[in-house]
Amino acid sequence: MNVNQSVIEQEKAGEKQYSYLNLGPTHPATHGIFQNVLKMDGEIIVEAEPTIGYIHRAFEKLAERRPFYQITPLTDRMNYCSSPINNMGWHMTVEKLLNIEIPKRVQYLRVIIMELSRISDHIICNTIIGQDTGATTGFLYLFQMRERIYEIFEEICGARLTTNIGRIGGLERDIPQKAWEKIDKFLIDFPIAFQEFSNLLERNRIFMDRTINCGPISAERALSYSFSGPNLRAAGVDYDVRVMTPYSSYEEFDFIIPVGTNGDTYDRFMVRQEEMWQSLSIIKQAIEKVKKEPAGIYSARVPEFCLPPKEEVYNDMEALIYHFKIVMGETEIPKGEVYHCVEGGNGELGFYLISDGGRTPFRLQFRRPCFIYYQAYPEMIKGSMLSDAVITMSSMNVIAGELDA
Amino acid sequence: MEGSTQDNVISALKEKYEDQILHIDTPYNFLTVSLKKEKIVEIIQYLYNHPDTKFQYLTTLCGIHYPELNQIAVMYQLHNLVANLRIRLKIFLPAENPVTPTITPIFSGANWLERETYDFFGVHFEGHPNLKRILNVEDMIIFPLRKEYPLEDQRREDKNDTMFGR
Repeated sequence: MNVNQSVIEQEKAGEKQYSYLNLGPTHPATHGIFQNVLKMDGEIIVEAEPTIGYIHRAFEKLAERRPFYQITPLTDRMNYCSSPINNMGWHMTVEKLLNIEIPKRVQYLRVIIMELSRISDHIICNTIIGQDTGATTGFLYLFQMRERIYEIFEEICGARLTTNIGRIGGLERDIPQKAWEKIDKFLIDFPIAFQEFSNLLERNRIFMDRTINCGPISAERALSYSFSGPNLRAAGVDYDVRVMTPYSSYEEFDFIIPVGTNGDTYDRFMVRQEEMWQSLSIIKQAIEKVKKEPAGIYSARVPEFCLPPKEEVYNDMEALIYHFKIVMGETEIPKGEVYHCVEGGNGELGFYLISDGGRTPFRLQFRRPCFIYYQAYPEMIKGSMLSDAVITMSSMNVIAGELDA
Repeated sequence: MEGSTQDNVISALKEKYEDQILHIDTPYNFLTVSLKKEKIVEIIQYLYNHPDTKFQYLTTLCGIHYPELNQIAVMYQLHNLVANLRIRLKIFLPAENPVTPTITPIFSGANWLERETYDFFGVHFEGHPNLKRILNVEDMIIFPLRKEYPLEDQRREDKNDTMFGR
C-alpha cells in the first residue's frame, strides 16, 4: 500500500483521517523481518497490509540445480527453529521417490530427533508469547532447556541450529553414547523446568486476561485459509499429519492431539504446551522401542543412493565408486512426482517433487505452513489494539525463513 | 478401502465432467487428474460440494514450467480432511499468455499462493483481489522460476560447470 497516496486520497474525499503505522520490517516485536502497514484509528487497527519477502532466497530455483543430498541444507533454513523436522521431511520425500525401505530402528531414531526439535520449536514460540506479554522469567527458564536440546543435536550431527541432520536412507552415523546420556538427562530435567514455566503462565489471571479472545479465528475461516498445525488445532480442528497420514512409524505411538475451542492466542499457547508434554511421551516410547531393535543399524544402506561412511570410502573400492557415483549424479533416479508431508513445528510441511530422471529435481515446491497461514493475519487483528497484534503474531509462530523460502 | 474411495472420486468426476478430463493417473498412490483449462473453477467447486468428494481444504497450489511443450501447468492439491483423501488437479496453459480464473472465492488461502505463482511463473489469475508480486521486488520484469532463466549468469568464466551441471 502506498501510504502517502491513500492518506492524500482520503483527505481529498474529506473522510475521517486515519494514521498509518509501520510495524516492521525490523522491529523487536515482530521477531523476524516482515512489515505490516497498519491503518490505525487511534489505537484500533482498521486495516493491515503485510509485506513479505525480505529474506527471500529462491530455494525453489536453487533446488532445481542441486542434487538431492545437497537440498537438505536448504530445508534447514526454512523453519530454522525446527530444522531437523524439515531435513527428515525432505529425506522421506526422496525415499518415497526411490522406494527405499527404512529399517524400524532408524525410523524410531528419527522420531526421537523430530520430537526433540518440536519441543525446541514450541519452546521458542511459547516463551516468546510470555516475553511479549511481559513475563521474561519463563523465557529464561526454558531457554536453558532449549540449549540442552541443541547440545543433543550437536552430539548427533555436529551442528546446532542449521543441522543438516541425517542422510537419504537414514542417519549419517549412529547416535553416540554421549547423546543418549544427554537425552536421558534431558528427559529427567525438562519436565521439572517445564512444569515451572506452566505454573507461571497457564492459570495466571493476568496472562489469561491478556490472551483470551486475542486474535481469534473460527475453525471455518481457519480451514478456508488452509491453516495447519497447532494454529488449526487451536481453532478446534483435530488435523495432525502424524495421525492422518502417518510417516516414520508414528502409527505405533500412543499420543493425544490437543485441540482448542476459540483459536485465540491463549488456545494456541495451550495447544503448544500440551504438545510438548505429548512429544516428551513420544520420545520415551521411542527410546523403549529403539532398545528392542538390533543395535547399530542407522541407515538403510542402499548403496546406489545412500552415501557410504567416510572410512569405507577411504579404504574400500566399492564404497569409493558408489560415493563417486552419488556425488557426480550418475545414479539412476526414477521419473515421477511425489508429495510427502510431515507435521512440522508450524503445521503441514509438504514437499512436492517432480523428478524427470536427472540428477536434480525438475521442480520442487515446498508447502510452507507459515506462508499459507500468515495471510490470515490482517483478518485476525482487524479491530484489535496494536499490542494485541504483536502477541497474535508471536502466538502464530511466524518464522521469517519459512515464510519467504 | 483407499482404492475404492479413489474410484468414487473418479466416478463422481466422470459423471459430470467426463469431457474435461485429459488424463488420470495415480503415481505413488496419489490421485492425479489432468484437466482441460476451461472449467477448472467449476470443477473445483463441484468437488468441494459433491458428497462423495468434499475436497474442502486446499493443501497447496503451484506452477510448473514445461519448456518443451511451451506450457505452464498449474497444480491444485486438495484434501478431504474427513475421509483423508487427496487429489491433485493439473491444468495446462500456454506459456506466452497463461491466464486462468482465480479460486480465491472458494479458498481464501489461495490468495497468496496464486500471488506466488504469478510472481514466479507469470500466471495471470483473473478476478484475483490483489494480484501483484509477493516475494520478489515489485520492479522485477522476469518470472524467475521459468526454465529459460538460468540460476547463474551464463557468461561467467571462473566457474566451469559443463561437466556436472544440468
